[in-house]
Amino acid sequence: MKAVCWTGTRSVEVQDVPDPSLMNQRDAIVRVTSTAICGSDLHLYNGFMPTMMKGDVLGHEFMGEVIEVGREVANLKPGDRVVVPFTIACGDCWHCQHDLWSLCENSNPNAALSEKTMGHAASGAFGYSHITGGFAGGQAEYVRVPFADVGPFKITNGMSDEQVLFLSDILPTGYMAAEMCDITPGDTVAVWGCGPVGLFAIKSAYLLGAHRVIAIDRFDYRLRMANERCGAVTLNYEEVDSVSDALTEMTGGRGPDACIDAVGMEAHTHGFEYFYDRAKQAVKLESDRPIALRQAVLSCRNGGVVSVVGVYSGLIDKFPMGTVMNRGLTIRSGQCHVHRYMGPLLQRIQAGDIDPRMVITHRMPLAQAPEAYEKFLKKEDNCEKVVLTVS
Amino acid sequence: MIRVVHSVTILCPIDEVFAFWHDLENLPRFMQHLEFVETNGRSSHWVARAPAGQTVEWDAEIITDEPNRTLSWRSLDDASVRHAGSVQFREAPGDRGTEVRVELSYDAPAGAVGVTVAKLLGEEPDSQVRDDLRRFKQVMETGEVVKSDGSPEGAGRGALEQRAAQPAGEEKQGRRKPGPSDESTREVRP
Repeated sequence: MKAVCWTGTRSVEVQDVPDPSLMNQRDAIVRVTSTAICGSDLHLYNGFMPTMMKGDVLGHEFMGEVIEVGREVANLKPGDRVVVPFTIACGDCWHCQHDLWSLCENSNPNAALSEKTMGHAASGAFGYSHITGGFAGGQAEYVRVPFADVGPFKITNGMSDEQVLFLSDILPTGYMAAEMCDITPGDTVAVWGCGPVGLFAIKSAYLLGAHRVIAIDRFDYRLRMANERCGAVTLNYEEVDSVSDALTEMTGGRGPDACIDAVGMEAHTHGFEYFYDRAKQAVKLESDRPIALRQAVLSCRNGGVVSVVGVYSGLIDKFPMGTVMNRGLTIRSGQCHVHRYMGPLLQRIQAGDIDPRMVITHRMPLAQAPEAYEKFLKKEDNCEKVVLTVS
Repeated sequence: MIRVVHSVTILCPIDEVFAFWHDLENLPRFMQHLEFVETNGRSSHWVARAPAGQTVEWDAEIITDEPNRTLSWRSLDDASVRHAGSVQFREAPGDRGTEVRVELSYDAPAGAVGVTVAKLLGEEPDSQVRDDLRRFKQVMETGEVVKSDGSPEGAGRGALEQRAAQPAGEEKQGRRKPGPSDESTREVRP
């Protein structure tokens, strides 16, 4: 089959690889119909995630048709149309039983790798390095889905791929980012990053009752999407000396009630701070550049919530912990518990509360994945979200 | 002398967890270095895999058997390998299942057998036992040892010798049709 393989930093290739087969009796094999490139795939593409291997099949946002199931999978049959959560969860362990699916205790066979650096391990995930299990991803014609009796979400209402594909990751991730803010009437929420997750976070914050959402980015076309498609007030951080000061000014001196970091470890800014973090990251004294996170912490109103869904892989420097402690901030975070949100968010889509298609700017065939990665990375042609069509 | 202690919490009732361990013939399902264990009442015969296709064998007997509390065994005096193991079971607080604390020791005799025995648990015995307990938890909670393309044998030695995360598939032409006798997928729930 054809699959998008990581071949090194800034290099992916569409290669012929063997078709997947069942490895466990709770597996299914899915013929992929649509898949997407995630902003977090760019962390892999740029070589910032450790434990990647040449030949790894990428992709964790995908959907398709079930073509084969293991003996223990009673809820699916060949022909079913499914969206697959990017995190892999067994459904049986304590964390799964407590609705904390991305913290599944059993789905990562390489948990030992993760325990060495993170203390404990999180769940397995598709196409996202070996520290998350070494599972082949879904930017491919076929994919093996473990714990298929738990994860894959059946689509029976005839909706198109583009309407439901993002239930696999970015829509629930953006929604969870907003949900973690515990929004109450009158709240202002600031969102760093107007990529697809940021846009869904903005939209979700409004759905959850935010009075106003302020969107922060440096690309005009992304700020325009945040404003026109999601109703956010926008702030271009390259046009202000201090993001915190600007936010303080915009909120009557209080600061945003909640701040969402939808950027993660490859943040940008102008001036000395960027070059400090970029240099430390380049020589591996710091794995992540926490610029958006620092700004979020410094900007948040006293007692507010900082919600982190941008991906971090390891260690950061110069974190303003004194601010967090003395100003009583709450930091909430996590890889999305996708399984928790698929049903409720499908209902939101059906009700017309949210149309996930609003983030799509490019549709390309799987064969053009290398070009699509480069386009998305360079934000060429106002690239916001690429959907790769497979068959 | 290799001695390793580790704990794991299993979200299953204590009697189920105890019963599974109590049948020592189940141990090779999650202990990677064991080929098989054959029991006959309180005595048992153990065959272990060592590197380079070698095996070592010994006989052991159960010395403590307190249901839902403790199980321990040790090799017989004339065995070529001195091995002992003990497992403590206790209910975890709240709804967290059963805590299992495992202590294993291997004592290598002098000579060629000793060298083989010393390699039984690999270069990092601590990690091996931790991964064995991870597999134990997977078998108890999910019914199978969880496998991935990068770790096709599941947690264990493979974690440090990863394959690329792409399907291994021997045949590139067309989709394989696994039948009921497919060896790679033969696992049963406890």
